[in-house]
Amino acid sequence: MVKARKGVNRFWSIAMTIVCVLWMYPIFMVLMISLKTPTAISTSTAFQLPAAETFAGLDNYVDAIARQGFFSSLFYSVFITVTSVFAILIFCSMFAWYITRVRTRFTKLLYGLCAFSMVVPFQMVMFTLSNMADTLHLRTPWTLWIIYLGFGAGLAVFMFCGFMKTVPLEIEEAAMIDGCNPFQTYFKIVFPLLRPTMVSVSILEAMWIWNDYLLPTLVLDIDKYKTIPMLIQFFKGSYGRVEWGPMMACIMLAILPIVVLYLLGQKHIIKGVLSGAVKG
Amino acid sequence: MLPTLIAFVIGFIIPFIQGLYLSLCQFTTVKDATLIGFSNFMRAFADSTFTHAFWYNCAFVVVTTIVINVGGLAVALILTRAIRGTNAFRTVFFMPNLIGGIVLGYIWQILLNCALALLERPLLELDATAGFWGLVILMCWQQIGYMMIIYVAGLQSIPESLIEAAEIDGATPWQTFWKVKLPNLMSSITICLFLTLTNSFKLFDQNLALTGGEPMHNSELLAYNIYYTFYSRSGPQWKGIGQAKAVIFCVIVVAISFIQLRATRKKEVQQ
Repeated sequence: MVKARKGVNRFWSIAMTIVCVLWMYPIFMVLMISLKTPTAISTSTAFQLPAAETFAGLDNYVDAIARQGFFSSLFYSVFITVTSVFAILIFCSMFAWYITRVRTRFTKLLYGLCAFSMVVPFQMVMFTLSNMADTLHLRTPWTLWIIYLGFGAGLAVFMFCGFMKTVPLEIEEAAMIDGCNPFQTYFKIVFPLLRPTMVSVSILEAMWIWNDYLLPTLVLDIDKYKTIPMLIQFFKGSYGRVEWGPMMACIMLAILPIVVLYLLGQKHIIKGVLSGAVKG
Repeated sequence: MLPTLIAFVIGFIIPFIQGLYLSLCQFTTVKDATLIGFSNFMRAFADSTFTHAFWYNCAFVVVTTIVINVGGLAVALILTRAIRGTNAFRTVFFMPNLIGGIVLGYIWQILLNCALALLERPLLELDATAGFWGLVILMCWQQIGYMMIIYVAGLQSIPESLIEAAEIDGATPWQTFWKVKLPNLMSSITICLFLTLTNSFKLFDQNLALTGGEPMHNSELLAYNIYYTFYSRSGPQWKGIGQAKAVIFCVIVVAISFIQLRATRKKEVQQ
């Protein structure tokens, strides 16, 4: 019985290894294509490894970095993601604190609206939001975080509220009695307690903002500022024919930092996703 | 707290209300809107690309929801057995989730086109059925890992004693799964169904990058159809129609999410 079970487990182990190798194949293929010369990239030879005469070295990568301006896109993407996540963490946690502690009809309405905004598809507000950004002169990467704060608030507030409800009120009351003003109470007492939720929220929001394509496309001026998803889409838009080599190189460069971050912070990322899912 | 409120008003509430209003108008910019009543909605329903996108999207949602949840649960069941390397497997399965929709779309576009060329079949841009299954494959690749993580957590939270008790009572693994594990997983299933449903409905980036709606709008999902109506069609009437479509789309998504949450919440086991 035990032996049979061991055999079954070994079978699954091998089967899973095979599936996992297949699972990673698309990324491997991107790597292969990114190393080929332009003439060698065709549908008939796509599954072959680059041979001596079709091997392009790092030419495609040089092209992606030098001509397409990969690094400036990387900078904008990083900048927008970091500022937005930072703003969301600070402001939304305060907001959530306020609406869980002060319970009026108004705050209940706000909570409902936040939950509602998570379900509403972006296309609903797409045109009016970009118009709004235009009237308020928010069409630069430096101010894009304001829009992300507004549109990303729903999820963050929802998660913070979920956690805030489990924090006993007595701790804060004790702090108040000891003479803390609301700001001190917030930063000294509530803020440190929120740390695990902060990690989850920042991971979820960062995954969304980093990969978001449509919002920056509509809001930013594509000739001046391109985030990474915009850059990759731009390969298709600007030339009649897609230059697959540099594009695949760009994709590799875009995936690489994320994979590294993922491998380093795997535990937190998976935990973050989970707690987000449980509350959602 | 005030900055969030302001940003939330700017980023969500005002655009939302304005959007509702504009769906009743003919306009090219927000300022020159004139109220024309419900005719935008009529014309949206009369637009054959929109109704096609609607049915295409429904089929897509049904297929992906089933495949992703069954697949995710199956992988989760295998990975909660005592086998070697489960952590490595989980890492690999979850990885595609971190890659953005546009990038995913192009990765699969080249991969699938090459595969189709080898099979001597028409490429993605020429065949709406191929585009459909391409999107399904892409979506599964991206989402199975995510759902697997949720199901694994759900399976691990089932008390060991419950499963042991079932085994002692002589239940086969099959019976244990249906009678013990599945009812206890209902809360995970609620979440996963909710996520897959809304994700599949709202899908945009992948659609844009993988097929771009080709051939002839036949592989458009709703979100992409709305985007196209807004930004690629000339004529003063189209923006109003696009906004009306967006309102319809919004109502559909919200309604389905609520119905689904209600329906599966009822089935959850109280512990």
